[in-house]
Amino acid sequence: MSILEYNGGAVVAMVGKDCVGIASDLRFGIQAQTISGTQPKIYKIHDKCLIGLAGLATDNQTVFEKIRFRTNIYRLKEEREIRPKTLSNVLSMMLYEKRFGPYFVEPVIMGLDGPDEKPFISAMDLIGAPLLAEDFVLAGSSASEALYGVCESLYRPNLEADELFEVLGQCILSAVDRDAISGWGGVVHIMTKEGITSRYLKGRQD
Amino acid sequence: MGDDLYSFSLTTFSPSGKLVQIEYALARVNAGSTSLAVKAKNGVVLATEKKLPPLMDEASISKVSMITENIGMVYSGMGPDSRVLVRKGRKKAQAYFRTYKEHISTAALVKELASIMQEFTQSGGVRPFGVSLLIAGFDDSGPHLYQVDPSGSYWAWKASAIGKNMVNAKTFLEKRYNDDLELEDAIHTAILTLKEGFEGEMNENNIELAIVDDKRKVRVLTPAQVKDYIGEIQ
Repeated sequence: MSILEYNGGAVVAMVGKDCVGIASDLRFGIQAQTISGTQPKIYKIHDKCLIGLAGLATDNQTVFEKIRFRTNIYRLKEEREIRPKTLSNVLSMMLYEKRFGPYFVEPVIMGLDGPDEKPFISAMDLIGAPLLAEDFVLAGSSASEALYGVCESLYRPNLEADELFEVLGQCILSAVDRDAISGWGGVVHIMTKEGITSRYLKGRQD
Repeated sequence: MGDDLYSFSLTTFSPSGKLVQIEYALARVNAGSTSLAVKAKNGVVLATEKKLPPLMDEASISKVSMITENIGMVYSGMGPDSRVLVRKGRKKAQAYFRTYKEHISTAALVKELASIMQEFTQSGGVRPFGVSLLIAGFDDSGPHLYQVDPSGSYWAWKASAIGKNMVNAKTFLEKRYNDDLELEDAIHTAILTLKEGFEGEMNENNIELAIVDDKRKVRVLTPAQVKDYIGEIQ
């Protein structure tokens, strides 16, 4: 049993046309037992940046609290919100600091970056190795194989916001159905210049 | 045991509420050669007197220093103290870049340097820095000019002067400054202001000029370029 598969879970982010989306499942479990089906893995940093954390649940919470601390101080010091790209670098440094005793988290960052509000996604491994992709990124040890397959098949570039929602929704639901320790529904957030639209998905409750 | 003699802070309040060490540090600054800076719409110019003894190799000495590619500074006061601050400033700027992979803004860098200078007014066994700094930068929010004093106070200026002739220079700048200055006008204004209080003849070898323009690079002007500008104002 790998530590990263103790709680299960899956997160995926995708780039669309002038929009970005992120989706996660809702299961919180401890190995085979499911405790809750209402626990999303996505947190809001600010109106133009969301972060999803897959992996060990306790580390997810701690890492999020550390990020919230850093970004709040950043906001007070710099008198502006942190850019998603900058946050990605900060998180990478934060995780590498614990290189030999890491946080068991697999983060996924999405947002609209910079004054042009360019769609941005990134992911990294538990010790901060960054992955900057143009199409989609995902995290979640046990669901990842299924997720890669379905994302690769369903993804097209320049999806509009509604289409992006459909694609993300289908990806997350079908992938977690192939994984015993992820699922119990899903949540999809679509971010455009106008704002964030969040929709909860009803999936197989098993 | 001898160390205990110096473990208290040298900056302790006087009954009148002053920190005399800081006052003395300011006196040292005001005895130093004049430096000034002018902010234009599209850049900032730093200018300073560089009066050296005849045998000194003036080409090897630079009062203007680059902290980052787009932030430069000039000082009045003790040269060695300014070198320490330049090193600390450069390190802070690089540490910022390492963490955020974003270049530090002028305002953030000024805050860091000011914070360092303030530390030296409230720590044991150290003395305040004997310099005032004029820091000029061009970043995402445009051109900036800041002054930092030995106390750690800092202000944003449109134009300012420090050192020996600061009072007259500031009066002169107040009359000459307007918000529509282009960088070329600012350079002329800076040279004229420096000339006002200059003892003896001012030429390209006894002043130093640097600019930060909208290309976001600090450039120290060569003596030949300085000579051209001096020629233009005559």
